[in-house]
Amino acid sequence: MTQPILEVCDLSRNFGGLLAVNQLSFSVIPGTIHGIIGPNGAGKTTTFNVISGFYAPSSGHVTYLGKDISGIRTDRLAEIGLIRTFQGTTLFNEFSVIDNVRLGCHVSAKSGFLSRLLGADRESEAVATKKAEDLLAFFNLSDLRDEEASNLPHGHQRALGMAVALAADPKILLLDEPFTGMNPEETARMMTLTRDIRDRGITVMLVEHDMQAVMGLCDMITVMNFGSLLTEGTPKEVRTNPGVIEAYLGSAHHAS
Amino acid sequence: MSDSKTTITVWIFALTLLAGLLVLPQLLSYSQREIAVFLIINVLLVVSYRLMTLTGEWSLGHVVIMGVGAYASALFSKRLGVPVPLSMFLGASTAGLTAVVLSFPLFRMKGFYFLIGSFAAGEVIRLIWKYFTFPFGGAKGLNLIPSFPDIGWISFFDPVNYYYLCLIVVSVSLFILYRVERSRFGLTFHALHWQDKLAESVGVNTFRYRMLAFTLASFFAGLSGALYAHYIGTVNPTRFDVEEMVYVLIWAIVGGTATFYGPIVGVVALTIVNDVLLRALGFDTIRPMIYGAVLIASVLFMPDGLESIFPKLKRLMMGRKTEPATKSEAGEIP
Ligand SMILES: Nc1ncnc2c1ncn2[C@@H]1O[C@H](COP(=O)(O)OP(=O)(O)OP(=O)(O)O)[C@@H](O)[C@H]1O
Ligand SMILES: [Mg+2]
Repeated sequence: MTQPILEVCDLSRNFGGLLAVNQLSFSVIPGTIHGIIGPNGAGKTTTFNVISGFYAPSSGHVTYLGKDISGIRTDRLAEIGLIRTFQGTTLFNEFSVIDNVRLGCHVSAKSGFLSRLLGADRESEAVATKKAEDLLAFFNLSDLRDEEASNLPHGHQRALGMAVALAADPKILLLDEPFTGMNPEETARMMTLTRDIRDRGITVMLVEHDMQAVMGLCDMITVMNFGSLLTEGTPKEVRTNPGVIEAYLGSAHHAS
Repeated sequence: MSDSKTTITVWIFALTLLAGLLVLPQLLSYSQREIAVFLIINVLLVVSYRLMTLTGEWSLGHVVIMGVGAYASALFSKRLGVPVPLSMFLGASTAGLTAVVLSFPLFRMKGFYFLIGSFAAGEVIRLIWKYFTFPFGGAKGLNLIPSFPDIGWISFFDPVNYYYLCLIVVSVSLFILYRVERSRFGLTFHALHWQDKLAESVGVNTFRYRMLAFTLASFFAGLSGALYAHYIGTVNPTRFDVEEMVYVLIWAIVGGTATFYGPIVGVVALTIVNDVLLRALGFDTIRPMIYGAVLIASVLFMPDGLESIFPKLKRLMMGRKTEPATKSEAGEIP
């Protein structure tokens, strides 16, 4: 079997007395789309936050490309290709669309102080701008290039958020509910794009409540409930698992 | 195409401005020439302050940092005999280095806490100046600071000559600060201000970039302090107290910090109002009151600062003309 690109091992994270993630273990095979699902408050976002270095784990560890990365700062992880997006729409609202994506090119567009001052970074900046423009084209945002990000309709903002993340050259991309607030047409298009991203060789982790999207996209799904692993398997296996149905019905029951 | 046109407009505007600045001292009285020297120094101070505000953090220690540059340059030249031009550079570097050190405690804080933290750090530095008579001269400070050496027959005791010296130093500094802002550094500073979490998630080391902005701003604040010290010949802790800091804040707020030129407009306008108009009327001793009134008025009636009237003026001029005449465009403020 292939070496996993990401391994989560007995991971826990608590907030005060609350166990948001509890002894969670799973691994992600490179080149796949790996889903994480679970009812509201199951700990999915917290898991992403720990993997991406926003929170330190309370115990357990995370291994990425064979290296223990638990507790390493977010920007360091981004430099080595572990990139996450945010559950709520998070953009540089005051920036133009293109500048959002240009900022995403931060790591690949590194340059020294003097060369920036003297304009010797022109070439690497041109490369970054080109990359940003290609990404806008990929997400069908080219027409909105110079629009202020805050003026975009919601669906486009979510797409822009993914473009910013892709600009950072991820090896693995953690998407937190990328399809929320999108109409079915937009969701379908974004699903195609997500597959394209995987086919470019980028491993994708996907937290999403839209079950049709999850089942349609994922190669493997990890199901969480109350911070713990409930089950894991292919979409087919997960869909028919009585425990999963129970968890979702239970929470739906709660909500009503 | 329109881009190259605006570039030309900017150049024409800059050259006109430069010509105006070059003849300016010839049109002024002796005391007004002194005011012009301090104004140029204050322009550097407030523009460097703005660089810091790009990252979203407002410091109350900027004037003290200016003082660090002033004290350091004075001490290097007076006690160690370092030639003044070099001591100015060393003074500025000392201010920058101070910022590097202060970054570690200060950037654990944000927003209001940063504001208070920077104020406290500044007061600590001022206490050190006051407490240690050696080498800082205590509450009386330092005097008989060596002045800028003559170059040939040019004596820098003459405010006109010192004005030109400052003009050169400050122009080069502003150019550097402008380049920094227009480069990816500027984009990253803005990004930190609006969404530091997102910036982090694409690989920005937020601490390093905050430190970079703070250090650069402090270097140039220190340089302005050095220019000040070797002109006036004396520095003391009171000169760099929080009241002076409030003036810097008012220049920045009244001018507006959204554009590079906003704070410059602010400091120039308020200096003209206070040191030229009011002094002529004999009212200049009530500067704090005037500044307070101007601040309140500008917050109430012009929340985006003086800088916001230029785009409005431009639009007004464009609106008046049915056909945009290319000729007159050159004269407009970019
Ligand atoms: N910073 C925090 N401080 C305190 N409690 C938190 C924090 N972050 C998350 N939690 C709690 O941890 C639990 C898991 O939250 P998390 O956001 O990970 O759930 P989720 O699976 O992403 O839910 P959703 O589907 O609603 O996004 C929740 O009970 C939440 O209230
Ligand atoms: Mg969540």
